[in-house]
Amino acid sequence: MIIEIGHFALILAFVLSALQSVVPVWGAVTGDRRLMAVAPPVAGMMFLLVGIAFAALTQAYMVSDFSVVNVVENSHSAKPDLYKITGVWGNHEGSLLLWVLILVLFGALVAAFGRNIPMELKAATLGVQGWVTAAFLLFMLATSNPFLRASPAPIEGNDLNPILQDVGLAIHPPLLYVGYVGFSIVFSFAIAALILGRVDAAWARWVRPWTLLAWMFLTLGIAMGSYWAYYELGWGGYWFWDPVENASFMPWLAGTALLHSAIVMEKRGALKVWTVLLAILTFSLSLLGTFLVRSGVLTSVHAFATDPARGTFILGILVVFIGGSLALYAWRAPMLKQGGLFAPVSREGALVLNNLLLTVATAAVLIGTLYPLLLEVLTDEKISVGPPFFNLTFGPLMIPLLLAMPFGPFLAWKRGDLAAVGQRLYAVAGLALLAMLVTAWMEGAEKILAALGVGLAAWVICGAAAEILSRARFRDVGLSTGLARLAGLPGSAWGTALGHAGIGLTLLGIVAVSAFQEEKVLTIRPGESVEISHYSLAFAGLARRTGPNYVDDVGHFDIYRGGVKVAVADPAKRLYTARRMPTTEAGIVTFGLLSQVYVSIGEVHADGGADIRLYYKPLVTLIWIGCLVMSFGAVLSLFDRRLRVGAPKPAARKMVAAGQGAE
Amino acid sequence: MRPLRLLLLALAMLAVALPAARALAPDEVLDDPVLEQRARELSAELRCMVCQNQSIDDSDAPLAKDLRVLVRERLVAGDTNAEVVDFLVARYGEFVLLKPRLTLQTVALWGLAPLALAIGLLVLFLGARRRRGAAAVAAGAATRLTGEEQAELNRILSRDREA
Repeated sequence: MIIEIGHFALILAFVLSALQSVVPVWGAVTGDRRLMAVAPPVAGMMFLLVGIAFAALTQAYMVSDFSVVNVVENSHSAKPDLYKITGVWGNHEGSLLLWVLILVLFGALVAAFGRNIPMELKAATLGVQGWVTAAFLLFMLATSNPFLRASPAPIEGNDLNPILQDVGLAIHPPLLYVGYVGFSIVFSFAIAALILGRVDAAWARWVRPWTLLAWMFLTLGIAMGSYWAYYELGWGGYWFWDPVENASFMPWLAGTALLHSAIVMEKRGALKVWTVLLAILTFSLSLLGTFLVRSGVLTSVHAFATDPARGTFILGILVVFIGGSLALYAWRAPMLKQGGLFAPVSREGALVLNNLLLTVATAAVLIGTLYPLLLEVLTDEKISVGPPFFNLTFGPLMIPLLLAMPFGPFLAWKRGDLAAVGQRLYAVAGLALLAMLVTAWMEGAEKILAALGVGLAAWVICGAAAEILSRARFRDVGLSTGLARLAGLPGSAWGTALGHAGIGLTLLGIVAVSAFQEEKVLTIRPGESVEISHYSLAFAGLARRTGPNYVDDVGHFDIYRGGVKVAVADPAKRLYTARRMPTTEAGIVTFGLLSQVYVSIGEVHADGGADIRLYYKPLVTLIWIGCLVMSFGAVLSLFDRRLRVGAPKPAARKMVAAGQGAE
Repeated sequence: MRPLRLLLLALAMLAVALPAARALAPDEVLDDPVLEQRARELSAELRCMVCQNQSIDDSDAPLAKDLRVLVRERLVAGDTNAEVVDFLVARYGEFVLLKPRLTLQTVALWGLAPLALAIGLLVLFLGARRRRGAAAVAAGAATRLTGEEQAELNRILSRDREA
């Protein structure tokens, strides 16, 4: 019964989304306020209905209702409760339901918090959001219904893929989806602006907070996924340039560009047309990612052809939305007025450079991801595009971006003085050079690339710090006033500094691990010890341990430094009983918050010995700490008072709208 | 989006053999550290063909193990890195390379991103020049007085002198 309620709620939501697609948009175009007023309550209703559907499926997982096909295929009664819940989105149908839930959540948020958005813009935005919702609900109901019944119902389920039974899975997909799908609202704003034929001040003010919100979650989601792969896959890699990773990385890159162009648009009224295009592209890349992951096209082009229903449907959604929005853009964008002149050397100019490099970097990732698929379709020729390709094409684009980064925030709007900014960055350059020399001196001249990398990271981090310190003006106003000035800085200033510093920290982590990581592959027997970096690991032997739905072979290592025991590591080889599938649980010990000893167990020998892979990973946690710092910057930026209360009040807005009607 | 990648990876592993051995076992490691280092570098650029986008250095699949052993055999036999790569491509096709070679078919793959950068820079350069031109014209128009304005100015100035 509950399952049928869920199914019915989903159908009702689809009907409402079809209504939402037409009525408010028509109202916005014809200026009919009654039609426009439909949008907010319908957006709320859709959220409620999809929420009911999601709750119904979750309930089926909680009670292990094996009369539901989806639960049979992805759950098991002995599975821990946490993984019963996370299993809801650990499969195709359930993850789509989560996708749509977040989509309608964003619609409801705009309806609830968008009180000072002009009515036409709000109605049209929610209408466009309705188009996306309708397309995906139809996709679900037609090809990927999570509420199908199994008859006869089996006694036991097939269990969730063991690799997915992890806290990482509990957090990773929802974070990623909020980011991914969050860009839909920016897309809807952009399409609404094109339909209405104007990009006014209210539009400019609304795009940036929504972009920030989506970007923050996407950053956290990608970082979480990366750390999860790091500890779960057993060889300590954190980024693989895998097509599925690229699928989430492309919207992140484009979203980062969007974040920066939105600043120019908000502050200076320039780059409007470009910002609209970026908003369209960012969500298009989210849709493309969904297509890549959900259609099966990545496993093999042929797998896509043999089970065409889902793939073709998503491809259709992709073509209609990307093609349609770009066509609308080509038609309507010339009507939008360009504003704000600026010299090439200016804050705007720096942000344009940022946009150029990030967009080309996005293109490089896109080409590398799609090229092998297209080549195979067109010529039947199979090639692989892997990490070495991306390191060569993506990497070089990041160097000028990072070099230019500290200059940006120091440059004045409209016309900047590069020489003057250079003078203010002397100290930063000195520190970066010092970091470079110290690294080269400590690690030897053959690690020159690593030294350059450390120098670049120091340049970015110190540059961000210098910008914040210069705003405090300690030299002019003294310590206490300076500190007071720091505390009083707007959130967006801190956001910029932390965002930039975060990138520098991540870079430092990447450089340190790639250049200075130590690795040992060996067979170890109980009682033996192995040295790595300053540490010595004594292997005590293996023990069998039984979990709720798996058995572990746990190895025990005592870790010594200078003869003193400092930690223990218990890496395990785990076998999930339902699927007879082995996984690796790496033993990871963090020293001084930043560096890690990482040990994972491979083959186990009859004499009690084990093959192990042992790593010392210096500064490795900085990779993810950097992402956290970036996200925290986004939070501070979101709480900027000017973003919250700065939007024109309804009374004032009419005047603004009238004044800007020409645009 | 990671779950699906992992799922596929897991399925691929499952399809190949159970239980899978860990990537790079101790018995594979060469005694000569220089050769071993070369083997590791080569392995990172070679694809495990039955896996989802993994290098043979990272993969658990038996095929990857065979390839790792093969690469080391060739290196011990005295092959250069290029010879090892050629040997593998002859056997398994271009698919085995994670860094595609520049051929007629991959010109676009390697060339499109640099081309996009070049076009972007050109557009910005031309845009800046046009804007500078426009700004100069606007500035010129603003500072130079028209005949009427000059006459008006002369009239005011002469009136001031009379007063």
